[in-house]
Amino acid sequence: MMALADLYRAEFRTSLATMFQYRASLVIWLISQVLDPVIYLIVWSTVAEASGGRVGDYTTGDFAAYFIVLMVVNHLTYTWIMWEYEYRVREGTLSAALLHPVHPIHADIAENLSSKAVSTPGILLAALILSLIFHPTLHFVGWAVAAFLPAVSLAFLLRFFVEWTLAQCAFWTTRVSALNQMYFVAILFLSGQVAPLTLFPPAVQTVAALLPFRWMISFPVELLLGNLTPQEALTGFAAQAAWIAVSLVLLRIVWRAGVRVYSAVGG
Amino acid sequence: MSPPTIHTQDLTKVYTVSEREAGMRAAVQSLVRRRTEEVRAVDGISFDLAPGEIVGFLGPNGAGKTTTLKMLSGLLHPTAGTLSVLGHVPWKREKDFLRQITLVMGQRNQLVWDIPAADSFELNRAIYRIPTADYKRTLDGLTELLDLGPLLRKPVRNLSLGERMKCEIAAALLHRPQVVFLDEPTIGLDVTMQRRIRTFFAEYNQRFGATLLLTSHYMNDVEALCRRVIVIHEGRLLFDGDLSSLVQRFTSHKTIVVQLETCPDELQGYGEVVSCEDGLVTLRVPKAETPRVTARLLADLPVIDLTVEDPPIEEVIERVFASSFPDAVGPKRPSASLRTGASPEPPGADAPEGTA
Repeated sequence: MMALADLYRAEFRTSLATMFQYRASLVIWLISQVLDPVIYLIVWSTVAEASGGRVGDYTTGDFAAYFIVLMVVNHLTYTWIMWEYEYRVREGTLSAALLHPVHPIHADIAENLSSKAVSTPGILLAALILSLIFHPTLHFVGWAVAAFLPAVSLAFLLRFFVEWTLAQCAFWTTRVSALNQMYFVAILFLSGQVAPLTLFPPAVQTVAALLPFRWMISFPVELLLGNLTPQEALTGFAAQAAWIAVSLVLLRIVWRAGVRVYSAVGG
Repeated sequence: MSPPTIHTQDLTKVYTVSEREAGMRAAVQSLVRRRTEEVRAVDGISFDLAPGEIVGFLGPNGAGKTTTLKMLSGLLHPTAGTLSVLGHVPWKREKDFLRQITLVMGQRNQLVWDIPAADSFELNRAIYRIPTADYKRTLDGLTELLDLGPLLRKPVRNLSLGERMKCEIAAALLHRPQVVFLDEPTIGLDVTMQRRIRTFFAEYNQRFGATLLLTSHYMNDVEALCRRVIVIHEGRLLFDGDLSSLVQRFTSHKTIVVQLETCPDELQGYGEVVSCEDGLVTLRVPKAETPRVTARLLADLPVIDLTVEDPPIEEVIERVFASSFPDAVGPKRPSASLRTGASPEPPGADAPEGTA
């Protein structure tokens, strides 16, 4: 455990040092993380105003609150591993990691977290500015705010494990972009990024509840906004825990099989 | 006798490669039925390395050297044959095994590009769980041996190729591996830096009793470091033994260099004239004839200077690869007398087996 903490410390230092070399790209990335939800926010606010001030249960202020919190949650749970893995396998840079006596996922988690540590103040500042512009309707509930941090942490782990597992497909095919695209369409709609899930037809909501995407993004957002009952919150935590368990098992199986393929064809 | 550090027996690696003709039609056809071909990158090679040995692993491009090194370091799963390194099966990549080996590839880097090498070293300390005191001692030693002092604080991307290679080597050795695989460690470096790195590996071997297996295209590396060489070609083992006996065995000629006043016309009688410029004559002479030719040259001509040389090792290696194998060399496994540090073969083991 001590050794693992030491490893994370060292990985944090390394990726922080690397990141500060690329301040400009960090800023560009932040802008793209802000733009997406702002576009949806503007679209839905316009729709709400056109249809008498609300769509379903959502007023313009509710939409503003939803998409600003969504932006923060999406930022906190975001990973770029699926884009990176293809490169690693193709260029053989994975070989160096395979020769190390630690699982390479640790380096990836540490890199992701340290990047978040640097960029989160930027996103919070963006959230503040957007709040001044769009006037979100916020009504925080004490217990829900307290439960937000564990919910977003579990959401991060779940999204990380699922996307890390999917990234392993690069071991089997060098054309992973098509698969990535399918995944991103699914997560876009079923995690509540395009619109709050409660605005979707009941059938879609059921599907979203059964799949892992909702628990990666939408659940912590709804929790913080005070849209969930304690019962619904507990169900959400249970769903997160269950999906994390499933994704960890899959991760192990897929990683082992992937390395077997890699070591059959050479890096 | 201590058990071998590295043991391979009939080690084989077959890659399945898909192939198709160029053109649209072939592309469509390949959607339906994919044609594959088997490539035998390593084809039944066997050798042992004793603890503390430095062995040169030679062969032309595509001979299977890197594939073998990757199997030995656990990156590749062998198709057939047995393999053990330090008592471990490499492809299982057990942590205890990975902590004791390293693979240095001249063309790959493991240092983080944008930060000083010292920071990458620190990361390796954590990855290999090196106790702080050991880490400091090893790093000091490596800094001194490789003269890293001024380089450690500069971002790696600002280092020259040679400086970067030195840092790569240090990073690969911080955990003091007992087995070191070196794949072209001096590629692209100038002569001074090559010598530096050679001296360093000789010292590392001496100091820690580590076993080194080295591939290089620079025969100087091999001559300076390795008493024993293993030669492979098209995945098969051609030779395993002393470097000197390799030279003995594959040189049929010697080179005589004579300094005369001018280039005489009647030199053909002495041997094959390779060149003659300003009276400096280079003759290629069958090995057995060398003493007689030398005596005749000295007796017949106004010789200012004369030297007899073995052909350069590059040329020897070229001849090894050029000759048609295995018949010209004998067995695919070497005879007992040519092996060093390996278990002796039973009598008759050097009878030819299999076909080319």
